[in-house]
Amino acid sequence: MSGPNSSYDPVEVTPLHPDEVAAMRDAALETIFRAATLDQLKEARLATTGDRAPLSLANREIGALPPQARKAAGQRIGQARAAVNAALAARRTELEAEHEARMLVEESVDVTLPYDRDPRGARHPLTTLQERIGDVFIAMGWEIAEGPEAEAEWLNFDALNLGPDHPARSMQDTIFLEPEDAGVVLRTHTSPVQARSLLSRQLPVYVVCPGRTYRTDELDATHTPVFHQVEGLAVDKGLSMAHLKGTLDTFAAAMFGDGITTRFRPSYFPFTEPSAEVDLICFVCRGLPPEVESCRTCRGEGWLEWGGCGVVNPRVLIACGVDPEEYSGFAFGMGIERTLMVRNGVADMRDMVEGDVRFTLAFGMEL
Amino acid sequence: MRVPVSWLRDYVDLPADLPVTDLANRLTLLGLKLEAIEAPGADIVGPLVVGRVLAYDSEQHSNGKTVRWCQVDVAEENVRGIVCGAANFDAGDLVVVALPGAVLPGGFGITARRTYGHISDGMICSARELGLGDDHRGIMVLGKDLAKPGDDALSALHLRDDVIEFEINPDRAYALSVRGVAREAATAYGLDFADPARTFPAARAGAGYPVSVEDPADCGMFVTLEVSGFDATAPTPPELARRVQLAGMRPISLPVDVTNYVMLELGTPIHGYDKAALTGPIAVRRARTGETLTTLDGVTRTLDSEDLLITDDSGPIGMAGVMGGAATEMTDETTDIVIEAASFDPVVIARGARRHKLPSEAAKRFERGVDATIAPVAARRVADLLVRYGGGRVAPTATSVGSPAPPAPITISSRLPAEIAGFGIGADSAVEALRTVGCDVKSNDGKITATPPPWRLDLTDPYDLVEEVVRIIGYDKVPSVLPAAPAGRGLTKQQRLRRRVSRAVASAGYVEAVTYPFVGQQDWSALGLDAADWRRTTLRVANPLSDEEPLLRTTLLPGLLRVLGRNVGRAQGDVGVYEMASVFLPAPGDGVRPPQLGVDRAPTVEEFKALEATLPAQPLHLGVVVAGQRTPAGWWGSGRVSCWADAVEICREVARSLGVAIDVLPGQQPPWHPGRCAQIVLADAVIGHAGELHPKVCQAYGVPARAAAAEVNLDALLASAPDSITAPAISTYPVGKEDVALVVDAGVSAADVERALRAGAGRLLEAARLFDVYAGEQVGAGKKSLAFSLRFRAPDHTLTDAEIKAAREAAVRAATDHVGAVLRQ
Repeated sequence: MSGPNSSYDPVEVTPLHPDEVAAMRDAALETIFRAATLDQLKEARLATTGDRAPLSLANREIGALPPQARKAAGQRIGQARAAVNAALAARRTELEAEHEARMLVEESVDVTLPYDRDPRGARHPLTTLQERIGDVFIAMGWEIAEGPEAEAEWLNFDALNLGPDHPARSMQDTIFLEPEDAGVVLRTHTSPVQARSLLSRQLPVYVVCPGRTYRTDELDATHTPVFHQVEGLAVDKGLSMAHLKGTLDTFAAAMFGDGITTRFRPSYFPFTEPSAEVDLICFVCRGLPPEVESCRTCRGEGWLEWGGCGVVNPRVLIACGVDPEEYSGFAFGMGIERTLMVRNGVADMRDMVEGDVRFTLAFGMEL
Repeated sequence: MRVPVSWLRDYVDLPADLPVTDLANRLTLLGLKLEAIEAPGADIVGPLVVGRVLAYDSEQHSNGKTVRWCQVDVAEENVRGIVCGAANFDAGDLVVVALPGAVLPGGFGITARRTYGHISDGMICSARELGLGDDHRGIMVLGKDLAKPGDDALSALHLRDDVIEFEINPDRAYALSVRGVAREAATAYGLDFADPARTFPAARAGAGYPVSVEDPADCGMFVTLEVSGFDATAPTPPELARRVQLAGMRPISLPVDVTNYVMLELGTPIHGYDKAALTGPIAVRRARTGETLTTLDGVTRTLDSEDLLITDDSGPIGMAGVMGGAATEMTDETTDIVIEAASFDPVVIARGARRHKLPSEAAKRFERGVDATIAPVAARRVADLLVRYGGGRVAPTATSVGSPAPPAPITISSRLPAEIAGFGIGADSAVEALRTVGCDVKSNDGKITATPPPWRLDLTDPYDLVEEVVRIIGYDKVPSVLPAAPAGRGLTKQQRLRRRVSRAVASAGYVEAVTYPFVGQQDWSALGLDAADWRRTTLRVANPLSDEEPLLRTTLLPGLLRVLGRNVGRAQGDVGVYEMASVFLPAPGDGVRPPQLGVDRAPTVEEFKALEATLPAQPLHLGVVVAGQRTPAGWWGSGRVSCWADAVEICREVARSLGVAIDVLPGQQPPWHPGRCAQIVLADAVIGHAGELHPKVCQAYGVPARAAAAEVNLDALLASAPDSITAPAISTYPVGKEDVALVVDAGVSAADVERALRAGAGRLLEAARLFDVYAGEQVGAGKKSLAFSLRFRAPDHTLTDAEIKAAREAAVRAATDHVGAVLRQ
């Protein structure tokens, strides 16, 4: 290394000659440019900016220059080193990008591989349909009422104006529990929840009662002895058949789509008077010719039978402690299985009771 | 009720070109529910004519058959030669001939063809071949005066008609008659109704066959009218027989067909007695103990003292309103007939018919209520038809006992129809509608008083009148108005939590099933329950759907195991299934009887409690069964077979979803494997079990070995769920992680070790997690090593090494003290 001196020999300081500095710079840039990988670039960094690198050595020589030459030499060396550093950084960015691109290519997988590792579950459509129906009514401000499946005869029949001699009370229709004089049956409809609601709730009452019901039917494609209903009951001042119709139209639209409305046909139920059967406009063909002619959902009828309804018979109100002079109400009931069959195209009711997971999985978590 | 449209037209002048579908739809909208429309005879194509057999030769053929080669006059230029296999006719008889070109029901085309050595130029038809019933014993022979050769047999036999089948609601008894349906048809089209009960003459009351009625409450009206000198073998005229047949009853003989015809026509069941078989006067009374009666169906029935009977001096001769007796039945030899037209108490008839399982056409009408006032007309109508077709003469007067009570008038506010219907119905419209249905109506002072007609025994209450008014005005006029319910409270906590549990279980990969709640003793054996097991104490169904399953479930597992087995049988053996449903536990103190409650007021609180006390407890359970691969093998690695741990974990998952802390302890309970059964404990109460099923149980239900199951009382879990979750305080200070491996006796449960660790570690412990279990040489026989990772953190400062060390040591010390754990170095 040269020490400071005062007698200068220009030849001795050739390394700081502009041409020489430019050559060193160019050599360094060349080295950097030739680095093909990040590892090579690391070596190139050492070679071009390390302690033994030509420009580093040259930098130290600046002090040996005559004072008047130092400034210009310092500038030259500084610019050269800056150029080298910039090249290093640029090359690094380039190589990193290349590396990443290569890695991403190399790491690619077959994303079409199935990953059916975790078992799939599902809720039964009879459950989710009941919830869906409940939600429709909750949104209208109604509440969901419930009652037991093994029910007192008085609530299942008497309170609903089905007297002791009503044919529905025979063993041909109703499942009785022993001993028979205990008066306990498996409820034949969700209607006893109407009576329970009127007996236990403050008026006005607006409730829907989904639940499981029983009759002595044989299991076949369209019947099951254990089935589900949803019952609706509203008792308030001034309720009428018009309110019943409005409620069912709203219900129908929520379940089957906008514009699906209902029609009433006169019918008979002991617990309602006037009573009606409720039909839906077929949600597939909407009863419109010519589609209706070949419609397989309504079989050309244009209407689908949905359930029964009516104005609560004052006798029921009296048995439940409601003054029929002051209050009136309406009630309706639909089969959940029937609704599911119509709405979701279930062809055979046995599919709902057998528990084949292929059936249930198709419906997922909600309906 | 099946109604031939031609019959309706007798009483209503319906437009000739009225499509039957239009009629059916209009009647449906009036409350007669359409079941089916049929067009009998529509599949018959002529020429079908009446012919007279002039002569025939009987020919024995080599195949053993005898046929007749008949010469038949069909009023053509030439007599036709026709081969006939039947032998129930004579020369001179009128028969029905299908000529070549005709098509009979079933697409059976008639051609002139060579058979038995002749060209048979047509076919002589049997009743069955014409769709006129089952009679195929021979060909159809027509009454002599009914037709002449060459007549079109399609019209002579009334082969073509339209039939509408309705389902008649119990309140519309009157519509179980052509009279009633015709009245509705007239209303539907605004046409006049010619009421046959008014146009037909009535029997004149006077002396007739003697009758006494023990209790007028049982029998409000009893009319007897005699016909004498009658020929019971006379054929039933085709139109009458055809209508009876199309209405769904089998034509039998003239006297039977006529009584059925009039019942269908007027709705009043009629019975006919062979007068020669009667002994002394007729008496209507209840049965006496030990009496028996052989009914028309040949069954000898022991009578109940509640049964209402028709008797004579010989004893019972009929079950009133339900079925006649065999001894006094009209036969071919009968010449003198006693016709009975009566009305009986509906409840008495309904009970009798049900008691003897005799749902006859008569009982069906009487138990819904018949128009008692027309008994004299009905009796006379039967007598007239009998004499018209079978000769003889009608007695000039009839016995008539009793007088039917007229229906009570009902008064309503004239505003009631509008209030209940929800749209404007003026008093005049209401009055008019009520008159249309036959009521006698007075209206003044804002009130309407209507006296129902005698055929409307169902009209008893004010709202009954409202229904009639709205029905006549049209249910389609009811507007659609959504009522504004007061603000609701949304789902109850229980309802929300049930949904949450269901979603949690399904999200964990289980599929919900909805099974029947019926089980049998064989299930208890299959589950390995011992004789004293509480689950054997069940409710029993009095009338089970299947004799094998007369019990109500106390556990969800049998139903779920059947579902699992079914899925395995359908090659879906890698499956987990769950159900959320009630089980039925008999109320303690069996023998509780319900209070006698009326319906004229609400039960009192005490009465309602007493009523509820008769009901079984019906707690909601969650049941889960799982079998096969829980994780299948795949490109990610090997699979995992489901096991006891899945069943236990789903219980934990459910508890977690509810925010309820449960304990899992070793347990023993059938149907689980005794060494692989956990009890699920909630606040010291066992609320369920989970684990691997006993191998014998898997065998019994045909499910894969090592299938696992869980069942918990969900009501108990839901009741413990917090109403809301309190937010945790999250410490942001650094965590201190420590692992400890503890050696304990093999019989010590991991839960106990963890509990001890947690108790010892104190409040600085944030989490403890078992991450390894080791048993083997390194820890010695009868021992196992449990490795836990512990995380310590303080809410308010960074833990020092000394603090962490102290907590760790305290945890280990507690484990040592409580479960004899030794720290593994």
